[in-house]
Amino acid sequence: MKLIISNISGVPIYEQIKQQIKAAIMSGNLQENETLPSLRTLAKDLKISVLTVTRAYTELEQEGFVKNIQGRGCFVLGQGSELLKEQLICKIESNLSEAIKAARTANLSAEELHHLLDILMEVTTDG
Amino acid sequence: MDNCLEVKNLSKSFGNFQLRDITFTLPKGYIMGLIGPNGSGKTTTIKLILNMLKRTNGEVKILGLDNITDEQAAKSNLGVVFDTNYFSDDWKIPQVEKSISAFYPNWNTHKFSDLLEKFRILPSKKVNELSKGMQMKLMLACAFSYDAKLLILDEPTSGLDPVSRDELLNILSEYIEDGGHSVLFSTHITGDLERVADYITYIRYGELFFSGGKDEFIDSFQIVKGGHGELPADLSAKAFGIREFTTGFEALIRTQDQKQFAHLSAEPATIDDIVVFTNKIGGQHE
Repeated sequence: MKLIISNISGVPIYEQIKQQIKAAIMSGNLQENETLPSLRTLAKDLKISVLTVTRAYTELEQEGFVKNIQGRGCFVLGQGSELLKEQLICKIESNLSEAIKAARTANLSAEELHHLLDILMEVTTDG
Repeated sequence: MDNCLEVKNLSKSFGNFQLRDITFTLPKGYIMGLIGPNGSGKTTTIKLILNMLKRTNGEVKILGLDNITDEQAAKSNLGVVFDTNYFSDDWKIPQVEKSISAFYPNWNTHKFSDLLEKFRILPSKKVNELSKGMQMKLMLACAFSYDAKLLILDEPTSGLDPVSRDELLNILSEYIEDGGHSVLFSTHITGDLERVADYITYIRYGELFFSGGKDEFIDSFQIVKGGHGELPADLSAKAFGIREFTTGFEALIRTQDQKQFAHLSAEPATIDDIVVFTNKIGGQHE
């Protein structure tokens, strides 16, 4: 894995680490169950504070990209991880609420809305 | 035992200087920077921790041991690096080892010679023939040879060239990597040490201004800037220091106050900025 820290970008160092690890996971450079470098080794190698790396790893865990296991390291979670799924469900819910609001304004009945969803699901699976 | 160093309400009065109620803790496995301008009490604090000065009040615990009642046990786990070395100038390296190792039962001769090699210190040299960076590395080699758990450095980087500073940084990062060793260093901030420190303790006019995580410290301040004549009256009351010049002004404010001055351009403050602005005469004194 490649990590490059810039001192002049103005982006906080923990944020730079987070962004680069996220990008590596999404692009498949980091695979499920791969371990990230240990906190203290990474801090030493990049010559940055241990707490900065801790913050990056903790936030990555909260966002569902990795899992910290005490004493064993920090593991990359697959795309299907529960937290990631949870985040996606949240997104679906808020988008559907938007759709329902719009449907009410347009005086669409529930059946019509269901019908619309069915059609759209069919279209996207075909595509 | 999670705290490597605990300092509570530490106070010392001299004739014209007072150190008041300094309290901070350094957790095991981390690096803490002790900062503040000259004469603010950094070295006094370190000397009190080392019991080189008699405290007027307060408590110091090194790895859970009182620094006065358990002085010997506490110090057997402690390594110290000052900006000038504490060896005799005309000692050769073997004499340094002989003199220092006598105080530490767990002295590891093998480790010492490995470290000399790693730091490229020639054993045939006398102490006064070593450069400043080399002398610092010799002090570090001594501390590592009895496996000191806490390293205290007083202005370790003053008078060092960039190469030696970088080496020191590597040595310290390696030292704390296993999570069992900790470092307290006092410094006039240099960029690289700013990166490596986990915690900051800032002493100003003999009083504790802040002690806590470095990011938290940096995040709680902002620099705001504006043109000439744009300085709002209520900013003067909130700002820690204002620098006015012919084409505009700069001021340090707390991040929480920034909303009130959203029309001014703001940027994150560096540790240097915070120390400089909070020591400006005419700024707000707490």
